[in-house]
Parts: sequence; C-alpha cells; structure tokens
Amino acid sequence: MIRVVNLHKSFRSQKVLNGVNLEFETGKITTIVGTSGCGKTVLLRHLNALLRPDQGEVLVDGVDIAKVSQKELYQMRNKFGVLFQGAALLDSMTVFDNVAFPMREKTKRTETEIKKKVEDRLEQVGLGSMGDKFPAELSGGMKKRAGLARALIMDPQIVLFDEPTTGLDPVLATSIHQLIVRTHTTFGFTGVLVSHTIPQVFDISDYVAMLANGVIVELSPPKNFCASQNPIVQQFIQGKTEGPIQVL
Amino acid sequence: MLSFVGRIGRFATEQIAGMGAMFSFLMSAIFLAFRRPAKIYLIIFHIKTIGVESLSVVALSGFFTGMVMGFQGYYSLRQFNAESWLGSVTALSLLRELGPVLSAFMVTGRTGSAMAAELGTMRATEQIDALDSMAINPVKYLVSPRVIASLLAMPLLTAIFDVIGIFGSYLVGVSLLGVSSGSFFAGMESSIVFHDVYSGIVKSLSFGLIITWICCYKGFHAPPMATGVSQATTESVVLSFVLILVWDYFLTSVML
Repeated sequence: MIRVVNLHKSFRSQKVLNGVNLEFETGKITTIVGTSGCGKTVLLRHLNALLRPDQGEVLVDGVDIAKVSQKELYQMRNKFGVLFQGAALLDSMTVFDNVAFPMREKTKRTETEIKKKVEDRLEQVGLGSMGDKFPAELSGGMKKRAGLARALIMDPQIVLFDEPTTGLDPVLATSIHQLIVRTHTTFGFTGVLVSHTIPQVFDISDYVAMLANGVIVELSPPKNFCASQNPIVQQFIQGKTEGPIQVL
Repeated sequence: MLSFVGRIGRFATEQIAGMGAMFSFLMSAIFLAFRRPAKIYLIIFHIKTIGVESLSVVALSGFFTGMVMGFQGYYSLRQFNAESWLGSVTALSLLRELGPVLSAFMVTGRTGSAMAAELGTMRATEQIDALDSMAINPVKYLVSPRVIASLLAMPLLTAIFDVIGIFGSYLVGVSLLGVSSGSFFAGMESSIVFHDVYSGIVKSLSFGLIITWICCYKGFHAPPMATGVSQATTESVVLSFVLILVWDYFLTSVML
C-alpha cells in the first residue's frame, strides 16, 4: 500500500504541493485528476522517489521511500512499473529490446526465457508483430503500448501511469484505457493514473482524487466524485472558467 | 547594497554547489565503473563511437597540423641554420603538446558534443528517468562505460595524431623543402626520451576524462527542453576546451 502524508514540494519560490495526504488502496486503480500544471505529475514522481519531498512522507508498504539508501531504493523500485507520458522508450533499441531491457539488466534469466516473456507481453498489448521496430517507427499509441509492456515485464505490484492518453485521439485513448483495465485484471497491480481526460478516465478508476491548490480536495469512487458538492470538483467536471479554480 | 551582496553570495554559493555536484558526478561515474556487473558490451560500443569514428578527423587534423609545423618549423629554424632539427622540433611539439591537445579538441567537437546532445535528449524525453525508475543506475549505464572507453581510446587517438603529424611534417620538410631525411629522423631520435611520450600519454588520458566528465555532466543535467539540449551541448564543448587548456598548463608545469 502507498500512503502519502503531508507532502510538500516547491520549485524555487513556486509551491506545487502544499500538504498532500492520500492513500492508494492495494489492487485498485486510483486516478489523480486536476488542471494542467497543478502538480499531478510532481505528485506521481514522488511515489517512486524520482522526486524528493521538501517535507512529508511517501510510505510504500510502511517504508518512507524518500529516506532509504540508494540500494534499498532500487530494491523498492522493483515493485514499480512506470508508463511515462511520452513512453520514454530507449530510442537506440528496438521495441523487443526495450521490453527485454529490465529483465536482461536485472535478472539472470536465459535469453530463451526472456524472449518468451517479452513476446507474451507484446502480444498482451497488441504489439506482437512490432518487436523489431524502433521507437521512431511507431505511432504515439504504439509507443504507449510498448511502454506499458516494458512497465509490466517485471510483474510489478504497483504501476504508475503518467497521462497515458495525452496526445492520442479519442479512439486510441479508449483503446489504451481498455488495455489498462485488461492488464489490471490480468496482473492485479495497484494502479496510479495521472490524467485530465474526464469523464473517460472514470470508467477505469476505482477511486478518483482531485488535486487543486497543492492539496487533495476530493477522494472518492467515480460516482461519488461526480456527485461531489465541492465547487472545485464541480467546476473541473463541468469545465467552467468561472469558479474557485483560477484560470491563468 | 545588502541585496547586491546577497546576490553575490547566492551566485558564489550556486557556483560552489555546482562544482561540488560536478565533482561528485565524476566520482560516482568512476566508482560505478568498477562495480559489477561490468558493462563490457557498452564499453566496446563507446570505444567505437569515441575512438574508431573519430579516427578520420583526428588523422586528417594530425596530417595538416604536421604539414603546417613542417613549413613553420623550417622557416623558423632556417634563420639559425638549424633546419636539420625540424624532425626533433616537430616530434617534441606533437608528442608533448599538440598531439594530446588537438586530438582532445577534435574528440570534444566530434564525440563530446554528441554525448551531451544524446544525454540531453534522453533527459528531455524522460529516458534517464525511465532507467532510474527501472532501478537501473543511469550513471553506471550511461556514463561509466563512456569514461572507461574514453580513457582507452584517447591515448590511441593521440598516438595516431602524433605519427600522422610527424609524417605530414616529414612530407613538407623532406620531400618539399629539401631537409635531409637522415637528419630529420636522427634529430628526432636523439632528442625524444621516454618522458616525452609518457607526458603525452598522461595528458591524453586526463583530457579523455575531462571530455567525458564535462560532456556527460552537461547532457545529464540539461534542462528538459530543446533549448536546454542546445545550451548543454554548447556549454559542454566550450567548458571542455577551456578545461583542457587550463589542465594542460598545470600538467606541463608539473611534468616539464
């Protein structure tokens, strides 16, 4: 389980997170929504210690991930898979090598075992025949699929998705959402999504958390989230310019 | 007045912190280079990019540097009727100074800038973060193999620069300007001692380290945007050039 306690983060004089408290239930998908630039990705990057908090704790199975040694951190990161916004595939490698990369670097599996598992994962994300392509030869949707295959190759307990559908057309976005649900059902990981594609993202989430003004203003199942009386949530859902959310 | 002093203080603190971060980056790259598992395939790959692919530009610049030295040396030495020392002057200059410095400049321009741009792009496209989040140390994977490769490739490139430079000087001095071939080589043989070769090797090794250190550091810490990559590339080349010259001065003063 991941628990965020009183998390603060500033970049120079700009305060981004101002006391975030949030709990991610094991085995469920929690989506963090909020306006562009509100700090969703900053919060996500704290979960696997890609960023360190100025104050507060990020507890992963009870251990503060920001305070462990480098060796312990890398052991804890083995619990995570991450799908980055642009997929972050290593562009000098083929799709197959990208997906195989964590296994080759971190396990002593034979090349035959690696090949079998990579082919399985690529098949599961619908890229069975794309293994020999380079990232530059793939469309945006394919890159995300390959990124997801790489994120899942080490059977992580927790998968972080940083805006998995940004830049994709609605059809592709839906297919990526369906893929997330399918892989979640298969692997049973704890999913943390950062997104602002509402209401589509509600269909795949067990919980929705809204980040605004550096704090979590709402955390509830999608149905309750939509019915929330919080004016910030309502303004965000309805996409209004007038309201408590400042439009810059 | 206080804010002015404050700004100076902040600037000085940032510079010192920056130097500390650069030094710590180098130390961790060297330390991780000796940690298992060794990335032999990456070292070989980077020897190819730093060494083999820089060979033509290093050879060409060595050849023309040698030819220019042939001309300049001949006309300077002729004023003292000492043309026969052309081989000695050329070889000493190339082995001790020009070989290590100019080949380091060539490698900085050709490979160092590419290193900074590649790592800067990897930073901007979150590939470095991806490595980190996969629990793969990005310094060990991206920087340490380059450091080892440059330490192996630079002395060899410098040696090639020296040999081709001497050949260029020989062509101009002996074939074009009529210096005796025997005196060209005899002068060289009588004046070159092992210390000259040794100092050239030490310089090329340290220049190799400087180039990889600066260029990888700048690329690794480039701001994640297009201008950040270009800025990192420019800074890495300029800083490498300056540091090579400054370090060359110190090494020369110690090893002369």
